[in-house]
Amino acid sequence: MTARPDPVRLDIATDGDIVLARQSGRELAGQVGCSPADATLIATAISEVARNIVSYAGSGEVRIEVVDGGNGRNAIEVTARDEGPGIADLALAMQDGWSSGRGLGLGLPGSRRLMDEFEIDSRVGKGTCVVMRKWCTT
Amino acid sequence: MAVPILKQGPYLIATVQAAMTDSEAIGLRDDLMHKIGAYRSRGVIVDVTSLDVMDSFAARSLRSIAQMTLLRGADTVVVGMQPEVAFAMVQLGLGFEDVHTALDLEEGLEFLDLLTGTG
Repeated sequence: MTARPDPVRLDIATDGDIVLARQSGRELAGQVGCSPADATLIATAISEVARNIVSYAGSGEVRIEVVDGGNGRNAIEVTARDEGPGIADLALAMQDGWSSGRGLGLGLPGSRRLMDEFEIDSRVGKGTCVVMRKWCTT
Repeated sequence: MAVPILKQGPYLIATVQAAMTDSEAIGLRDDLMHKIGAYRSRGVIVDVTSLDVMDSFAARSLRSIAQMTLLRGADTVVVGMQPEVAFAMVQLGLGFEDVHTALDLEEGLEFLDLLTGTG
């Protein structure tokens, strides 16, 4: 088995950073043999969570790494973290179509559908952390 | 980098690049709205062949462009959506119900001819 590529950590503060993050995700997914379709799903989910950081927290970071997905498969793990205002009602924020006003209300529930695993932790006044994974099909 | 817009007869053709940022998407909308007036265009093609990610912001921008250009008297057709991008959009929950689409530039131009009664 070949060595896994190093994790990528990116500061997110501008719309250019969103593009950079999704490109890095696609590149990493491609390096470990994810199909172009999976790489696109991963890149799209990264775009959504990175935009949430820019829109709601102002700045934060996205970390993308390759982890063991079991059965010899690789998974791409994306961690999006900010120290923004946090989300008061997580259940509501995970509902389709609910938006605090700046988006289509698809960012979080949509990203969950794009990926295989999705966890979110948010505290008001402390920040938000999303961890999501996708197992690669080759 | 601003999205390049070409004038071809009564139509405008905008070619979106892979790395389109949010502000470039807004810039595209403003440029198109201006050029429709300047060139008295009847139709707009937005070519997304190179675009590798259509997230909720990009989709909303294109939808706005289609609706706004229509209010200015020009039909918009989005062409060149890649299969993987279409798949991701559906997973994300994004629809393009109110936006005209066509397979590629050629089909898009034919469709515009039909819509505008030219050609």
